[in-house]
Amino acid sequence: MIEIQHLGKRFDSHVVWNDVNLTIHDGETLAVIGKSGCGKSVLLKHMNALLHPDMGTVKVDGSEIFNLSYVQLRLVRQKFGVLFQGAALFDSIDTFENVAFPLRYFTRMSEKDIRIRVEECLEMVNLVNMGPKKTSELSGGMRKRVGLARAIVMQPRYLLYDEPTSGLDPVTSEEINDLIIHLKESLKITSVVITHDMHSVLRVADNVAFLDEQKLSWYGTLDEMRVAKHDRLEEFIKASEYKI
Amino acid sequence: MLLFSEIGRYCRLLYEALRSITEFHTYRQNLFSEMVKTGIDSIGISALAGLFTGAVLTIQTSYQLTSSFVDKSAIGAIVSQSMLVELSAMVTALVLSGRVGARIATELGTMRVSEQIDALESMGFNSVTFLVVPRVLGGVLMFPIIYLAAAAAGVIGGNLAGMFTGALTPAEFMEGARTYFYPWDVAFGMIKSFVFGYIITSISCFKGYFASGGAEGVGRATTNATVLSCIYILLADFILAAILL
Repeated sequence: MIEIQHLGKRFDSHVVWNDVNLTIHDGETLAVIGKSGCGKSVLLKHMNALLHPDMGTVKVDGSEIFNLSYVQLRLVRQKFGVLFQGAALFDSIDTFENVAFPLRYFTRMSEKDIRIRVEECLEMVNLVNMGPKKTSELSGGMRKRVGLARAIVMQPRYLLYDEPTSGLDPVTSEEINDLIIHLKESLKITSVVITHDMHSVLRVADNVAFLDEQKLSWYGTLDEMRVAKHDRLEEFIKASEYKI
Repeated sequence: MLLFSEIGRYCRLLYEALRSITEFHTYRQNLFSEMVKTGIDSIGISALAGLFTGAVLTIQTSYQLTSSFVDKSAIGAIVSQSMLVELSAMVTALVLSGRVGARIATELGTMRVSEQIDALESMGFNSVTFLVVPRVLGGVLMFPIIYLAAAAAGVIGGNLAGMFTGALTPAEFMEGARTYFYPWDVAFGMIKSFVFGYIITSISCFKGYFASGGAEGVGRATTNATVLSCIYILLADFILAAILL
């Protein structure tokens, strides 16, 4: 379980948000929505301590992650898989090595076992036999899928998706949404999806958090969102040209 | 205020690098790759710079020393000592601040803006151990070797220039070089190149690691890394000469 308590963040004089409280239960998929620049990705990066808050705390399975030693934090971070907005693949190595990367450093697996595990993950994201490809030769959708394979290779408990469908065509976006649902069902992973793609929200989310006006403006289930009387949320959904 | 903030961040980065220097297994592979990229791949250009510096110095010294009271072997002494004490270390440092420093700042800056550094951290890596330590260590270990290659090339270049222009014979050049050869000069040059290696790699790592603002930010980080490295090399050169000579 991830508990975000009274979290506040500012960059110099710019306040990103204040007093954000949010609990993400095991097995749940939470979609965090909001306008560009409202601090969705910043919130995501606080969940595994890639960024530190100015106030408040984040607890992962009961541990306050900002008070941990580096070794303890490493163990917490390894509970997470992260799919970054641009996939953040290492361009100096090929697709196979990108997925195998954490296995080589953090496990004592044999070369044969690494190969089996990497191929299993690549198969899960529908990229069979793509291992030898250079990352520069991959399309946007393929890069995201390789990023996803790398995110799940260490069998994380939590998956953080930063704009998983941004910049993708509708068909590829749908494939990524299917993958998110498939991974949730097959691996029982708790997921946080940062997005402003309402179609994606309706496909994958159990709960929705709406960040607006420097705070967590609205939180509820998908069904509650459909009937929510919240002007800014309604405006956001309407602006995304999506009828719910 | 910005200056103090920059110094603080630089010190924190170095502290983090020093603290994790014992985690050899994390950066072992990167260290060898950096030693090749910084050292072996730079020896050619550094030796070329040394060769021409030595050659030009011989021609200019023979042009200035026109008195018949001065033995021609003095040219060999002046050129070889200048190469060992000052020019080899300085010329290679200035050349490599562009070649090595720019590469490091661009690599790390691109990794920062494309979230590759965040990806490393999120997997549980200490990105400073993984990226900064091998680059700085690779620099300080390889720069003295590059210096030796450049110094040797400088003496050879000086010798050849003397021979081809008829200013002095190789025997006269080597006589002067041997007579005024002091092992301390080589040690001093190696100390300087060690310090220059540290300056170039640590400043470039710092600028690249904290780059922000997309492609423009990476460009700015690279330019700043190169310019700052050159300035601090000149400053360090003066301080080392004042202290050690």
